[in-house]
Amino acid sequence: MPENVMLPADFADAPISIWRRALNSAVTAMAAGAVLLVLLPLGAVFGYLLYRGLGSINWAFLTQIPKPPGEPGGGMANAIGGSVYILLIASTFGVPLGIGAGIYLSEYGRGTRFGNLIRFTADVLNGVPSIIVGIVAYGLVVLSQGHFSALAGGVALAIMMVPTITRTTEEMLLLVPQAIREASYGLGVSRWRTTLSITLRTATSGVITGVMLAFARVAGETAPLLFTAFGNQYWNWKMNQPTAALSLQIFTYAISPFDEWHRQAWAGALILIILIVASVGAVRLVANRGMLKGAN
Amino acid sequence: MANRALGAPRLTGPQPLSEQAVAAQSKAQASPIIQAGDSRVADRVFFFAMLACALSVIAIVCLIVYELVTKSNLSWHAFGLKFFFRSEWDPVNDQYGALPFVYGTVVSSALALLIAVPLAVGVAVYITEMSPRWMRGALAFTTELLAAIPSVIYGLWAIFVLVPLLRQYVQPFLAKYLGWTTLFSGPPYGIGMLAAGIILAIMVVPIISSITREVMTAVPQQQREAVLALGATRWEMIRTGVLRNARAGIAGGVILGLGRALGETMAVTMVIGNRPEIAKSLFAPGYTMASVIANEFSEATGDLYLSALVEVGLALFIVTIIVNILAQFLVWTVTRGTPARSHA
Repeated sequence: MPENVMLPADFADAPISIWRRALNSAVTAMAAGAVLLVLLPLGAVFGYLLYRGLGSINWAFLTQIPKPPGEPGGGMANAIGGSVYILLIASTFGVPLGIGAGIYLSEYGRGTRFGNLIRFTADVLNGVPSIIVGIVAYGLVVLSQGHFSALAGGVALAIMMVPTITRTTEEMLLLVPQAIREASYGLGVSRWRTTLSITLRTATSGVITGVMLAFARVAGETAPLLFTAFGNQYWNWKMNQPTAALSLQIFTYAISPFDEWHRQAWAGALILIILIVASVGAVRLVANRGMLKGAN
Repeated sequence: MANRALGAPRLTGPQPLSEQAVAAQSKAQASPIIQAGDSRVADRVFFFAMLACALSVIAIVCLIVYELVTKSNLSWHAFGLKFFFRSEWDPVNDQYGALPFVYGTVVSSALALLIAVPLAVGVAVYITEMSPRWMRGALAFTTELLAAIPSVIYGLWAIFVLVPLLRQYVQPFLAKYLGWTTLFSGPPYGIGMLAAGIILAIMVVPIISSITREVMTAVPQQQREAVLALGATRWEMIRTGVLRNARAGIAGGVILGLGRALGETMAVTMVIGNRPEIAKSLFAPGYTMASVIANEFSEATGDLYLSALVEVGLALFIVTIIVNILAQFLVWTVTRGTPARSHA
């Protein structure tokens, strides 16, 4: 690459001229300015969440279901419960599938053409817009059940979890030294047992990191739930019935004309962000203490 | 777990292994032959179970394609390729054309990139090359925190903070000084294409800047030292030694951001105004492909209506897939050869 070869002539006007010095400072200032400009909305979003949300979270908000439109009071208890319920369904499908696919990629699919195909497909799936996943879950589950349902929402979110979990599981298992597997084989331990009890166990904290990241990513998803879980003003624990979700409720309340609902939307958003930041923060903690640090 | 308390990395800690090994060994000594016979069957079962999980990834993508293609069939037969060039969207008379949505998606994403790219590259340059070492981790974490905020919360914030701000201060200002371009004319609603572009920009900055950081870190350190040794200032070193080598990867990051912007739904739906019109002014309300699906899918009554919406989805799917593959290829051309880094 001839363009990478620097000739002394390129900087011929040494000693460094005032103009070059000034340009250097100007660019440094601009880069620092960019950082500030990016941190500004971050601060504004969190600031507003705390400012509008904190005052609105109270016991009623956490324990009651919504009141009819326009009436004061009520809460989002059913939406919080519904979100947890849908995420549980999603994890039940998504986590084993993702970890299994990750195990396949690192233990059987290393460097093979088929392994590369799976890896590539997982990356493609990762880039699919969430609203499209919603359409597919609608076609698969809602149409065959005849209802909007918690199951459909769970399936949609599970589809979104799989690629993230697959790729992080694979990366983490690849970090486990080959010698550890060989030591296990040498002792006569079978391959499946080695994979589960030695390789996977050594990489546990890394794999958990991947699962939590996937969880945090789908916890706030709204678009794929619009026409799968659909939302509900009441409690629902049935798999085949429409179910409320925190993100859906925030959306409905935010675009509504009622001040009371706007207030509750902020409170719901604060609860949602606490949930997400807590899991991302937990990931940082695990990642810094566990194997990730040693491996990097 | 004493070694963990001492801070020793678990990976190299032999303790859990030796427990396992001892257990395995004693078992193996008990009946080595039977053990071998058993494990052959178990190994095969395990292999096929893992294979099934891996295949499910492919199955999911195939299912997505199948669902989108079959469900959009009706609309495809009714309108053909002209679907994307008609601007009529009339559920009452069953006439559908996706042009306003395509226009809205393209314009809002382009606007987002226009704002986000300089910012994201600036952030990446500052974090990797300029900031004091102790600030680096904290800054990287904070900017990436932007990516963890759900779309619906950005939408909420935009409705109650960004939109009033635009309506009261920014839009009158732009109309006064740049109104002659016709890009900034018309009544300042607040909501509209401009608001959508800004909120999208905030959402794609962390994606572009994290990829840019990754490819800049992949540029060898000797490259920097060599350019500095020739008498370059720091900025000259960054421009000629780092950015020039990383440009393909940065382009990949930008395209990855584009992929996110194209498919982004909730925040845009909440602020773009949701009107299927093609207006020249950025102040005017618009509509995007993802928003129309979000708003109308669960209320679409007619078969053709539903099918038209799925066709919009299919087009969005195809475009985002192409964009993402291109982006991954570009990033790969820069980062190949450097050790894999975890994205945690």
